[in-house]
Amino acid sequence: MLITCPYCGPRDVIEFTYQGDGNRERPQPASQDLDAWNAYVYDRLNPAGDHNEIWQHSGGCRAHLRVVRNTLTHEISSVAFTRGHHKVAARHKAEGKI
Amino acid sequence: MSPRRTDAGGRIDRLRTIRFTFDGAAYTGHAGDTLASALLANGVTLFGRSFKYHRPRGVLTSGVEEPNALVTVLRGEVREPNIAATMVEIYDGLTAVSQNRFPSLAWDISAANQLGGKLLSAGFYYKTFMGPAIGPLKSTRFWMFCEHFIRRAAGLGRAGTAADTARYERMNAFCDVLVVGSGPAGLMAARAAADQGARVILSELEPRFGGSANWSAETIDGMPGADWAARAAGQLEGYDNVRLLPRTTVWGYYDGNTLAALERVTDHKERPGKGEPRHRYWIIRAKSVVLATGSFERPLVFPGNDRPGVMLAHAAERYANEYGVLPGHRIALFTNNDSAYRSALALKKAGAAIVAIVDVRPELSSEMRELADEAEAKSLAGHAVVATEGGKALSGIKVQRFDMVNGALAGDQRSIQADCLLMSGGWSPTIHLASQAGAKAEWNAARQAFLPPKPTQQWPTRRWIGAGAFTGSFSTAEAIAEGRAAGLSAAGGTGTPAALPVVEAAPGDPDPAPVFEIRADGKSFVDFQHDVTAEDVRLAHREGFISVEHLKRYTTLGMATDQGKSSNIPGLAIMAEALGKPIPEVGTTRFRPPFSAVSIGSLAAERFGDLKAERLTPMHDWHVANGATMYSAGLWYRPMIYGHPGETIEQAYVREARATRESAGIVDVSTLGKIAVQGPDAAGFLDRVYTNMFSTLAVGKARYGLMLREDGLAFDDGTTWRLGEQDFLMTTTTANAGKVMQHLEYFLDVIWPELKVHVTSVTDQWAGAAIGGPKARAILAACITGTAVDNAALPFMGIVHGKISGVPVMICRLSFSGEMAFEVYSGAGYGTHVWEALIDAGKPFGLVAYGLEALGTMRIEKGHVTGAEIDGRTTARDLHLDWMLSKKKPFIGSAMMDREGLIAPSRLELVGLISLDNQPLSGGAHIVEALDQANPHDSIGHITACCYSPALGKYIALALVKDGKARRGTRAHISDPLRNRFGPVEIVSNHFFDPDGSRMHG
Repeated sequence: MLITCPYCGPRDVIEFTYQGDGNRERPQPASQDLDAWNAYVYDRLNPAGDHNEIWQHSGGCRAHLRVVRNTLTHEISSVAFTRGHHKVAARHKAEGKI
Repeated sequence: MSPRRTDAGGRIDRLRTIRFTFDGAAYTGHAGDTLASALLANGVTLFGRSFKYHRPRGVLTSGVEEPNALVTVLRGEVREPNIAATMVEIYDGLTAVSQNRFPSLAWDISAANQLGGKLLSAGFYYKTFMGPAIGPLKSTRFWMFCEHFIRRAAGLGRAGTAADTARYERMNAFCDVLVVGSGPAGLMAARAAADQGARVILSELEPRFGGSANWSAETIDGMPGADWAARAAGQLEGYDNVRLLPRTTVWGYYDGNTLAALERVTDHKERPGKGEPRHRYWIIRAKSVVLATGSFERPLVFPGNDRPGVMLAHAAERYANEYGVLPGHRIALFTNNDSAYRSALALKKAGAAIVAIVDVRPELSSEMRELADEAEAKSLAGHAVVATEGGKALSGIKVQRFDMVNGALAGDQRSIQADCLLMSGGWSPTIHLASQAGAKAEWNAARQAFLPPKPTQQWPTRRWIGAGAFTGSFSTAEAIAEGRAAGLSAAGGTGTPAALPVVEAAPGDPDPAPVFEIRADGKSFVDFQHDVTAEDVRLAHREGFISVEHLKRYTTLGMATDQGKSSNIPGLAIMAEALGKPIPEVGTTRFRPPFSAVSIGSLAAERFGDLKAERLTPMHDWHVANGATMYSAGLWYRPMIYGHPGETIEQAYVREARATRESAGIVDVSTLGKIAVQGPDAAGFLDRVYTNMFSTLAVGKARYGLMLREDGLAFDDGTTWRLGEQDFLMTTTTANAGKVMQHLEYFLDVIWPELKVHVTSVTDQWAGAAIGGPKARAILAACITGTAVDNAALPFMGIVHGKISGVPVMICRLSFSGEMAFEVYSGAGYGTHVWEALIDAGKPFGLVAYGLEALGTMRIEKGHVTGAEIDGRTTARDLHLDWMLSKKKPFIGSAMMDREGLIAPSRLELVGLISLDNQPLSGGAHIVEALDQANPHDSIGHITACCYSPALGKYIALALVKDGKARRGTRAHISDPLRNRFGPVEIVSNHFFDPDGSRMHG
């Protein structure tokens, strides 16, 4: 499986660490809603099909990526930074680095 | 001249004689022979003994699917078992031996197994050995007694024990088009793609490119198929953009069109060339894949179909045409399709007499009748072979009238003398790689075969294009057309090239009659290697193992080293008949990697031995030079003790700890995780990460911090130093350095991307030495310049900068040992320099270097927690760290930490234990309220760490005990049956020594 890191380009999956279901929403830090916390900490979606996942390029730039992966085919339809690295990536792209 | 070698023909080099041995007997063959063809040429018919019944077996096929003729190849001390003789190219000095026979291949004691055949039917082992004991001969215990004998009798070759001295290599390759298989379809595909300018890899598992063209009697473009193939391969060699990989089996198909292949580089050589590995493991990433893997001929299932001398029809044709070997002089054929007639004619032309062609079909086409006439063969349409005769070689067959509509036999049996019987039960496309690629095979009723699925059903990440017999197009003309189309399409070409090569071939209908089995008396084998008979399949059906997966496991059909390449479809067909269902409704098992056996050495390649990375601290060499016994802690190596001659480990650590408490000790703490946390929001971030406050920490001060996981359990602890308003240095435990880093990165990247904080691992940038004890400050004062270290300049948890021996250092006054102690950090490159300066300055004060054991002893005396207590199950309260849980702010884990189960009174809490019998306590031992052999008590906890305490003069331990705080002052017992240690203990506070901290505060 190849994941195309927006910084580093296409890299083999062994360079990445799976960081879990990307659909989980963390309650506000001060929230006392235990059900919401419970859902965040323990509930995971397990769809047969496209899944919104978090991966870390731990063997590379260490950025966390939001990856849409089809769990049936391992097809990856999108990869994006979880935070605003897009400007750097756009510059790298413009400079032909990736 | 060898008895079975033809006078001329074949692709062997008759001028080169090769000498080899099989079971100790010397034989000769020619360059280009396989072990199978060379032995056949020498008149050898017996190659091995079958798995269960020890029946004599010959060679069934001519290729990778061979189930019978498995041998062990010896190279010096190294033995490689279970190699198909059909895949071993002979070389001078080749030494091969047969398998699964005792005392010899010809006289095998266990062959008596076949006399009691009913005993060893499917499920024999489960029925006999597994389950409850009913009588003396039925139980799992009985199996354990018999296993040794059974394993010896039933089995394959014996693996060697000598280390494999061969070298293996791993190679990554990239290409536009990977073509798997180099028959006419594969050659055409590679050429078409290469002409488009694509980077092409063409792999072929045999030594010669050409596939069926190497042995068929067909002509292509007016020349023999083999010559055409050799010319085509030669032309491809001239392309810069083509890589040819002979002797290379593509065995795995993975995501993103990543394929795994095994190249057997030197197995066919007497000795490897300079720098050549034995095997090369290829990982090929291909933009497009062309599968041109051909097809396998299927055996027919009838009594005695496993006798040496019974062979697949095309295999015999191949032995004759490619190797110049006749598998027999009087040959009979048994078929349900037209392809066998081609084989008959080829063998006739090579010099054999064709005594009969037995065909299950009542009516033959005029073309087939003409081919039979041309082969001068007696044509027996509407007949079937019902028995074979002979011992270790075939002497004759029995045939009977056969009605293929109802499978009935009629009329008298007739005997026909023959020394070889060729069978053809139709052809199955080699769809293994397509199956691995994820799509389901489709049953084609006309071809009586599973065909690869249509492109629309392929996985998006594993797309391939098929060509030739792989797709069920069994004629060479179709293969050539499909091959070129596939190559063009794979390379993205659209050109309309010149005319296709012209094929002249014998006529033939690709569709066989739907007959798989002739039911008559005797053992009819489906899976030759695992000795699974048609009756075993029906037995499985009668006993309810009707799904394909159950059938496979119950009978072991298809589970041998050949993975059912020749047996899956006949087995399925027999089960379908028993169920009264059509074959596609019974289903088929999915093929998984590898396609054929892969050497473990090739997968490891150059990565063998100890694969663990070694992390050494900057002072490592000093420790070793000064007598340290090194201890592996995760990836790190740390001094355990600096032992004196004659000292035990306990004596050494007790001496080191005592000296530290009496004068001073120094320990290497470079392994602690160190993370620079920097940025405008750094302080706020730390408030969220730690349970206690860090935004209130003054610059130049450090604070002990505790982190929880999201679920509220304790995660890690350490000190964090505020070096500047926006600049913190976090330390973590050695073991959790990586985890904490990832934790921080995750929260900054995913949860709080708005925070302006950057985290950097600086573990390897700093060397750290902790110096502690009553004399520590005096030692430091003796060697530091640029700063004072008295209470005013350097209070507890204060940080100063200075120089030691000219090197800038950063010093924080904090304590793990409980003594007044200082952590001295310098650049990693100066670690040893600073360490030695401290050692020198400490000499007059009696400074000792101490290791992990003394460190552990002093922390147990102080009751500090480490990973042994923060074990992923304990909470801050369990560890009496609830004073660190801030109520002024939320932090990671704060919402979840007060859940019912995490504050229950019955939780395990940290306590201290004192041994009351003055004997050592043992780590991991359980704690019980009373020792009572007759009525054992439940465990109320366990020991996490233990030592002899020089400060207390007692054996002590830290333990997690149910409701531990309330039990302080009471007695309990440790119970450690594994190490036979039982004894009384007193439960006390975990703070054994200097509980108010007066020593470290000074």
